[in-house]
Amino acid sequence: MSARVTATGPALEAIERLQAEHGAVAFFQSGGCCDGSSPMCLRVDEMPPGPNDVLLGEVGRAPVYIDSEQDRRWGQPELVIDVAPGAATSFSLEGALDLHFVSRSPAAVAADDGHEPR
Amino acid sequence: MATVQTPIAFEAPGRPGSPVELKPRYENFIGGKWVPPSGGEYNENLSPVTGKPFCEVPRSTPDDIELALDAAHAARDAWGETSLTERAAVLNKIADAIERNHEMLAVAETWENGKPIRETLAADIPLAADHFRYFAGAIRAEEGSIAEIDKDTVAYHYREPLGVVGQIIPFNFPLLMAAWKIAPALAGGNCTVVKPASPTPWSILKLAELIEDIVPGGVINVVNGPGGEVGRALASSRRIAKVAFTGETVTGRLIMQYAAQNIIPSTTELGGKSPNVFFEDVMAADDEFFDKALEGLVLYAFNKGEVCTCPSRALIQESIYDAFMDRALERVGAIKLGHPLDPETQIGPQVSQAQLEKVESYVQIGRDEGAEVLIGGERAHHDGELEGGYYYEPTVLKGRNEMRVFQEEIFGPVLAVTTFRDEADALRIANDTMYGLGAGVWTRDMSRAFRMGRGIRAGRVWTNCYHLYPAHASFGGYKQSGVGRETHKMMLDHYTQTKCVLVSYDPHALGFF
Repeated sequence: MSARVTATGPALEAIERLQAEHGAVAFFQSGGCCDGSSPMCLRVDEMPPGPNDVLLGEVGRAPVYIDSEQDRRWGQPELVIDVAPGAATSFSLEGALDLHFVSRSPAAVAADDGHEPR
Repeated sequence: MATVQTPIAFEAPGRPGSPVELKPRYENFIGGKWVPPSGGEYNENLSPVTGKPFCEVPRSTPDDIELALDAAHAARDAWGETSLTERAAVLNKIADAIERNHEMLAVAETWENGKPIRETLAADIPLAADHFRYFAGAIRAEEGSIAEIDKDTVAYHYREPLGVVGQIIPFNFPLLMAAWKIAPALAGGNCTVVKPASPTPWSILKLAELIEDIVPGGVINVVNGPGGEVGRALASSRRIAKVAFTGETVTGRLIMQYAAQNIIPSTTELGGKSPNVFFEDVMAADDEFFDKALEGLVLYAFNKGEVCTCPSRALIQESIYDAFMDRALERVGAIKLGHPLDPETQIGPQVSQAQLEKVESYVQIGRDEGAEVLIGGERAHHDGELEGGYYYEPTVLKGRNEMRVFQEEIFGPVLAVTTFRDEADALRIANDTMYGLGAGVWTRDMSRAFRMGRGIRAGRVWTNCYHLYPAHASFGGYKQSGVGRETHKMMLDHYTQTKCVLVSYDPHALGFF
């Protein structure tokens, strides 16, 4: 399987900090209201992936999943996990660091200096 | 779109002449008292209007959730045994307090969330009061049942409180969604621990100040802090008997998983991508009805699109598309952007920088997918104190339902428009989504309206109207939009459990042993 997900440098640093504090983590791409569209970072043992989750790849040893129907409806996009300042309101772990992860497209990231996908 | 420069009718909280008194720092509301967070840490609370902090709120820890649960459990027996007369009276007094402080709460809510004052004055605050009154009335009219099993055996069914519930409130209607959740919980005889959304922690504390002498201590508790710590601690606690959540799908799924682990019920409302369907006959006359239909399309900009049921997909019959959109875009172009405390303003800032960036990124995704920007598509810039706020232009994209901007909730003032051929095509496109929260149907043909209303797979189909949220009309999702209903007395089923006392009046043994 070719990986459909990468992460920016700042996102990888945040993932490392979260792993140091919580152990292994995983991402689940969210949808819907409020913080929908964000990738949620959870402890890996907190929510086991279900039969309808698609593994997109790994970033910084963290697996990234998306719901299969959501994946189809989003057109099976390539995602770049990035991070931005400010806590989201969801249960995603990086809120405690006053950060929130963002799913971006490779084109949008490439257009943004200093955030080269890795 | 030009910046509106009319005078501001309401002063921001804490400023001279403002109806809202502002303290530099707020505490958690636990057991009827103001309790500092046990870790002693606070967060700055930003107003989206300016992007600047205006007060501090607790950055609580799981210990504070335990304190709130202690207070709620201490209060639960007495509150659960309160007569329905007294319980309803408390709910009515909350409604009276909201009504007496209508302007104060509206200004607080506008400053907290960025929604225009015309909306908070006319919708958020009066509806919040009405939902308390509705459940005060509904609970008075509730009764159990008696079933005669045979001539000597009777089953008595009682509705009993669940005990202590956990409720997690979204940022888009901080007070109204709190009212939607707290009112039925209290009516059912439960005590609640409420976790407000991180971007909007404060306006509910202004409500708590109003009701601290009305509601017995411990019946309503409010704890602020990061969702990943305190929200999680609340939702996963063994000490709650039910959890209610409004938010995104992964946290919703996590909450349902915690509920499964603790074997308690959950209700979740997880958003949508609601279709708003306009049939050609809306243009059969250029009359009041057509004017209403045009407004129905523009309602996507209500609360700057931060509504779970935002009518964010407009499906327009191809025979009228050009003529209809000419008129509709004229209406969108007339939307007044500006200071949300100005009563003329129709659209204020998004709730946070993060939400603003999400809106921007989706418009870019739409452009990259080949959607055409019919109007808007940029950040809106305002001068003066609004310069640092999170403003976006009302935007309309034209494209196809297969595009991501038609499939995912943007939660901003962005409408995705497409066309359909006939009724069957309209129904197919309307249902071609993983969500099913709201929908709108506009037609003068009530037979067609009836068929569409039943055919659309969504929990609420507004017919020749949109964005009405009266108490006594149920609200909730089909498909991935969540589980459970709100704003209707059926919600008392979600906040009570049934006790059957099965009584034999027969003096004789069964004879088995």
